[in-house]
Amino acid sequence: MNPARGSLLGIEHLEAAEIMKILKFARRMNPDKPRPLLRGKRVLLLFYEASTRTRSSFEIAAKSLGAHTVLIQAMGSSIEKGESLLDTGYTVRAVGADIIVIRHPNAGAPYVMAQHVDVPVINAGDGLHEHPSQALLDAYTILHNKKSFKGLQVAIVGDIFHSRVARSACHLLSKFGVRIILCGPPELAPGIAATLAPGVRVTRHIEDALRGTDVIMLLRVQTERLAGLKIDLAEYIARYQMNPARLKMAKKDAIVMHPGPIIRGLELTSEVADGAQARILEEVRNGVPTRMAILARAIGKMR
Amino acid sequence: MTSPKNDHDSLLIKGGHLIDPAARTDAPMDLLLKSGRVAEIAPPNKIKGGADEKLDARGLVVAPGFIDLHVHLREPGQAYKETIATGTAAAAAGGFTSVCTMPNTVPVVDSVEWIEWLRQPERGALVNVFAIAAATRGSKGATLSDFRALQTAGAVAVTDDGKPILDDNIMREALALGGELNFPVVQHAEDTRMTEGCSMHAGARSFRLGLRGMTAAAEASVVERDVQLAMHIPNARLHVAHLSTADALKSVRRGKRAKARVTCEVTPHHFTLTDEDMRDYDSNYKMNPPLRSPSDREAILVAIADGTVDAIATDHAPHATHEKQMEFERAAFGITGLETALALAITRLHREKRVPLSRIVELFTAGPARCFDLRGRGSLVRGSVADVTIFDPKKKWTFEAVNSLSKSRNTPFDGWQLTGKVVATIVGGRVVYAG
Ligand SMILES: [Zn+2]
Repeated sequence: MNPARGSLLGIEHLEAAEIMKILKFARRMNPDKPRPLLRGKRVLLLFYEASTRTRSSFEIAAKSLGAHTVLIQAMGSSIEKGESLLDTGYTVRAVGADIIVIRHPNAGAPYVMAQHVDVPVINAGDGLHEHPSQALLDAYTILHNKKSFKGLQVAIVGDIFHSRVARSACHLLSKFGVRIILCGPPELAPGIAATLAPGVRVTRHIEDALRGTDVIMLLRVQTERLAGLKIDLAEYIARYQMNPARLKMAKKDAIVMHPGPIIRGLELTSEVADGAQARILEEVRNGVPTRMAILARAIGKMR
Repeated sequence: MTSPKNDHDSLLIKGGHLIDPAARTDAPMDLLLKSGRVAEIAPPNKIKGGADEKLDARGLVVAPGFIDLHVHLREPGQAYKETIATGTAAAAAGGFTSVCTMPNTVPVVDSVEWIEWLRQPERGALVNVFAIAAATRGSKGATLSDFRALQTAGAVAVTDDGKPILDDNIMREALALGGELNFPVVQHAEDTRMTEGCSMHAGARSFRLGLRGMTAAAEASVVERDVQLAMHIPNARLHVAHLSTADALKSVRRGKRAKARVTCEVTPHHFTLTDEDMRDYDSNYKMNPPLRSPSDREAILVAIADGTVDAIATDHAPHATHEKQMEFERAAFGITGLETALALAITRLHREKRVPLSRIVELFTAGPARCFDLRGRGSLVRGSVADVTIFDPKKKWTFEAVNSLSKSRNTPFDGWQLTGKVVATIVGGRVVYAG
């Protein structure tokens, strides 16, 4: 069956107008001024993969809207005993879930869930595929700092191949005409990545990526996902690490973003992470109102 | 197994259009089958004398019984996916009078005992089942199985399908021994060192979907090595299973030009679909080799037309629902294919790409018969086995997976409107399917 209305499975198939609607609504959300839009609703957080910020952010967002939340983690649940994805889905539906938020190590798992369970499914990150709520909170952060997407250039530096954040960001920014430059070694930023969306190009040279750039998005090298790829970290640092000297190549008012967790000394130096241009903690803060909007939208309360 | 009963000893097929590429026949012909053999072939109304039964084939194509070189009947050991009885029922519905069953079962068919078990009447086979035996013990890729004994027991080829024979020396030994015995070695060409964790073809689409991709090189490099070996080992017979890439075709062409005994098969799904077709992580689009790029499919279509391809084989790979309805990356590889093969060939190859019907029939009959030396089959000359497939090349129909005779439903073609339908399947002179 078709995914339930209000599902958020990815950015790729979302229209620009819908994205703007979510972002506008998010601006009206404030976790310090709770609104009971989800009163009496049950939000099931199904986490097949460890997560600190996304999980807690969704949890706080749901509670700020008056929902009950139940967290199910693969470890220590029936999932660990071999229960299938769909059986877990049917079970949490039977328990009375009104919204399922799912984080899963396999690409497309939320699609499979949404095709079989008749409640809205929200993708909180699926394998290497998409991380739509992260892209939305990043868009929220960019708009807060740059007022508009018009004429912007965004450089995404690092492990593009293993990054669902990068894929979602490319889809989202491309819909608003942003110029997107992906930068990294071929193993991490393959040429084929340019086919992801209109306005995306790939470069191996950090200067090329940074020149004239308004927003720098840094990504962690996901060593746990490399699966046989041999990456020389010292060489990566030498060529791509964001340090104060490199930061100067970008526009003067460029901002530095990172979906976290950051590894100081690898993809960026402490001076950059703690510097005036960094927006890394602001992103985390913006995650809550953005996810409040996503959850409200899920049950048709985004009005 | 399928010998005709005495009361239906003869069958006259009247008014049909006979296409028998091996005999270079493409004309209206009547056909008399008697005692399990082809007794007479003659222009319309020229066959004198009666027959116990008559079959009106007006408006229909009469062809040698179709042969599928590559099916997974899942027995022994995995009857929850398919049995020889259900798989051969699906084969009959698809017009196949002979199927070659793959040895990657539980246990692996690597011994004479299991070959004999496959042939027992209790299995309930509705069509001829030819065993392909494991090329190495337990298909573990370490030591060759007993080719001589397996061949004597009736195996028509050896393979480790599901896995490649990766080790250079083992492949060399297999081809050498196969060459001595005139025994084909079937390769599932995949360099598994390059495909770990992969679930579809490597390309723009896999990148977009966040799925690790199998490169064309992972197939082509193994085919290239095998063709090189086959060119240098006396009498070696190499058969490339489910060939799916343009580069692998280049190697096969080179081998054929050098007069090496290299043959290959392609599947209906590889000439019909590409990696662009998969939607919403539907695991009915997941198989190995994966659906390839549009340019690979183009190359396959060219190779079908120009004669490089020897056979269409289905790689019918049934799986239970719970093995498919799950995370794409974790779902089992493989789709069913017996009941849609002819219709896909007619719809895609004949109607869209103008491949002559006689060439399509060749790919289902004489071509595969030659690959594995299935004597007396693949042609309807007088005295050959009375295996006949009768189909309506113009009939439009809709394939509904729920109506499949296979035990499994894992097909991407559910609900497809197709042209070309099997009307009757005759094995050893006996009608085993009537549509
Ligand atoms: Zn195979």
